[in-house]
Amino acid sequence: MIQLQNIEKVYRTSTVETLALNNVNLTIQKGEFLSIMGPSGCGKSTLLNIMGLLDAPTKGEVKIGNESTVNLSDKQMAHFRNKKLGFIFQSYHLINDLKVLDNVELPLLYRNSSAKERTQLAKAALEKVGLSNRMKHFPTQLSGGQKQRVAIARAIVGEPEIILADEPTGNLDSAMGNEIMDILLELNSRDRSTIVMVTHDENMARKTHRLVRLFDGSQVS
Amino acid sequence: MLKHLFKLIWNKKKQHFVLMLEILVSFLVIFAVFTMVVYYYKNYRKPINFEYEHVWAIQYQTEGRPGRDDSLMMFHDALRNQLKAMPEIEAVSFTSQNVPFAMSSTQNNIAYEGVRATGVNDYMAEDDYNKVLGLTLQSGRWFSKADAGQKYRPVVINETLKEKLFGNKEAVGQLVDKESANPLKVIGVVNDIKDKGDYKPSGYGMYRKADTGAYHWMRVMLIKVSPKANTAFEGRLYRSLSSYLKNATIEIEHLSEKRTSMNNFTLVPMIILMIVAGFLVLNVALGLFGVLWYNINRRRSEIGLRRAIGATGQSISRQLVSEALVLCTIALIVGCFFAVQFPLLHVFDMETGVYLTAIGLSILFIYVLVMICSFYPGRQAATIYPAVALHED
Repeated sequence: MIQLQNIEKVYRTSTVETLALNNVNLTIQKGEFLSIMGPSGCGKSTLLNIMGLLDAPTKGEVKIGNESTVNLSDKQMAHFRNKKLGFIFQSYHLINDLKVLDNVELPLLYRNSSAKERTQLAKAALEKVGLSNRMKHFPTQLSGGQKQRVAIARAIVGEPEIILADEPTGNLDSAMGNEIMDILLELNSRDRSTIVMVTHDENMARKTHRLVRLFDGSQVS
Repeated sequence: MLKHLFKLIWNKKKQHFVLMLEILVSFLVIFAVFTMVVYYYKNYRKPINFEYEHVWAIQYQTEGRPGRDDSLMMFHDALRNQLKAMPEIEAVSFTSQNVPFAMSSTQNNIAYEGVRATGVNDYMAEDDYNKVLGLTLQSGRWFSKADAGQKYRPVVINETLKEKLFGNKEAVGQLVDKESANPLKVIGVVNDIKDKGDYKPSGYGMYRKADTGAYHWMRVMLIKVSPKANTAFEGRLYRSLSSYLKNATIEIEHLSEKRTSMNNFTLVPMIILMIVAGFLVLNVALGLFGVLWYNINRRRSEIGLRRAIGATGQSISRQLVSEALVLCTIALIVGCFFAVQFPLLHVFDMETGVYLTAIGLSILFIYVLVMICSFYPGRQAATIYPAVALHED
C-alpha cells in the first residue's frame, strides 16, 4: 500500500544542516496497522508527513498504491491527499469557528459532492465515532477525547484507504486514549483501513500489527 | 463553498465587525467623493449655451448720476450711445450685479397655478442683453421697445424654470405670480446657461426687462467687443468711461477670466476633498491589508489543515480573497442602504442618476480595493507549507 524507498530528509538553514531521516525503507501492506515509535526529534512526524505528502523527501521515493508521488503537481497532490489519505493530529486541528458537523464535512468540500451528500456522509462518520449527539456543538464545547473523535470522523468521512495519525492519544488521559485507540482498531478491523500511527506510548503501539522504531532519523527495528 | 464561507464569516461575526465597519465607512466617503465628481462631470458635459469670449463686464460706482427718472434714462442712453459709437463694441446692456461668473446672485420665488419654484436666479436685462451673451431662444421672443407701457411686465424664463412651472405646456403668453401685485407675462423661453461656471448647473432663471426704477441701482454693463479689441482699446475705453462717469470707480473684467477663476473656486475644494479621501482610502487599504495579513498568520494552522485534507494552494488563495469579498459585500449592502436614502429623500436636490452612478462607481472601487488588498495575503497563504503550519500549533 505504502512504499518508502531510501527516504532521506535534510533540513537546511544558512548555517546548520540537520539530517532528519536517513535512508528509511519501509513497506506497509493494505489493511495493516503500523505504529512508529522513537524519542522526540527522531523524525517520526517527518516520516509521517512524507507519507502523507505534506512534506517532500530530500532523496528517495514514496509510492502509494504502486503510484509514485515524485512528480505530482500541487493540484494532483492535493487531489491525492483528499481521496486517499485521512489525517489525525495530536492537537486535533479543528476549526473552532465551525460546528462539529461542518468540521467533519471539510474534506468533502474539496470534492464535487452535493451539500446533502456531504451532510449525510458527515453524520454517518460522526455516528461511527459515537458523536452524533454533538454535531451542532462547536469544538470549544467538547472535551479533548470528543475533539479527537471529531478529528477521526473528519479523517474517515471521505473513506480514504490510509489513515495517518500523529500521536492521536498524546493530549489525552489514558481512559480517553484507550477510547480513541479502540476506535482506530475498529476502523482497521471493520473497514480494512491502513493506519500508520506515530506514538510515544508503548502500550498503544503494542496493540498494532507492527512497530517500527526510529532513532536519530534511522530505522532501528 | 460559498455557503461554507458564509458560515465561517457568520460564526466569526464579532471579529469581522470592525473590518466590515471600516469597509462601510470607506464606502460612504468614496460615495460622497464620487457623487461630487459625477455631479460636476455631468454639469461639465452640458453645453455652456452663451458667449463669454469677447464679453466684458464693467462695474462702475459713481455718485454723479442724476436722481430723476427721465434724466437718469437720458444719462444711460447717452452712455450707451457713446459706447456703441466705438467700432470695437458690438452690443451693450446695462444689467444687475449677477453677471455670468460673478460671485453675487439675486434669487426670487415664482409661482404658476400652485407650482412654486424657489431660488430662481433673477437677472435684470435690457433689449440687447441677449445679443451681448448670444442667448438662444427656444420659443417666443426677447424684449423689445414694444414691451414698454404694457399692462403686464414681460419676463423671459429659462428651460429649467419652464419645465418646473409648465411641464409640457406652452409657457409663452402665460401669466406667472398672478397673486402678486405685479404679475409677469412670459414672452420667451431661452436655453439654460451655465453662468456659475462649467461645473455648476444653471438652475432656474428668469430675465426681467429693466424698468426705469432699476437704473437707480444697476451699476454693471455687459459689452460685447469685437475680436480686435485689445489692451490698447481697453485703456481707451477706460479713459472714455472715466471722462463720462466723473469720479467713478471703474472696473473692467473679461468674462473668460472670470470663468477660469469661478471654475477654480469650484474645483479647489473638490480637489482638497479628493486628497483627503485619497489619504483615507490609503489608510483603509493599509488597515485592510494589515487585518487580512494578521488573519492569515492567525489561521496558519487552519490553512495547513485545509492543505492536508485536499485544498490546493490556489484554492486557499481563492478562499481568502472570496472571504474578503463576502465581507465586503455585506458591508456594501449596508452601505447601499444608507446611500440610496439620498435619492429617495432628495437630499441636496441632485438627479437620481448622479447618486446611482456614484453608488455603482463606489461599489466597483471598493471591490477593486478589497481585491488588491486581499490578493497578496491570499497568495502568501497559498505558499504556507502544510507540514510546517500543522507542526507550529
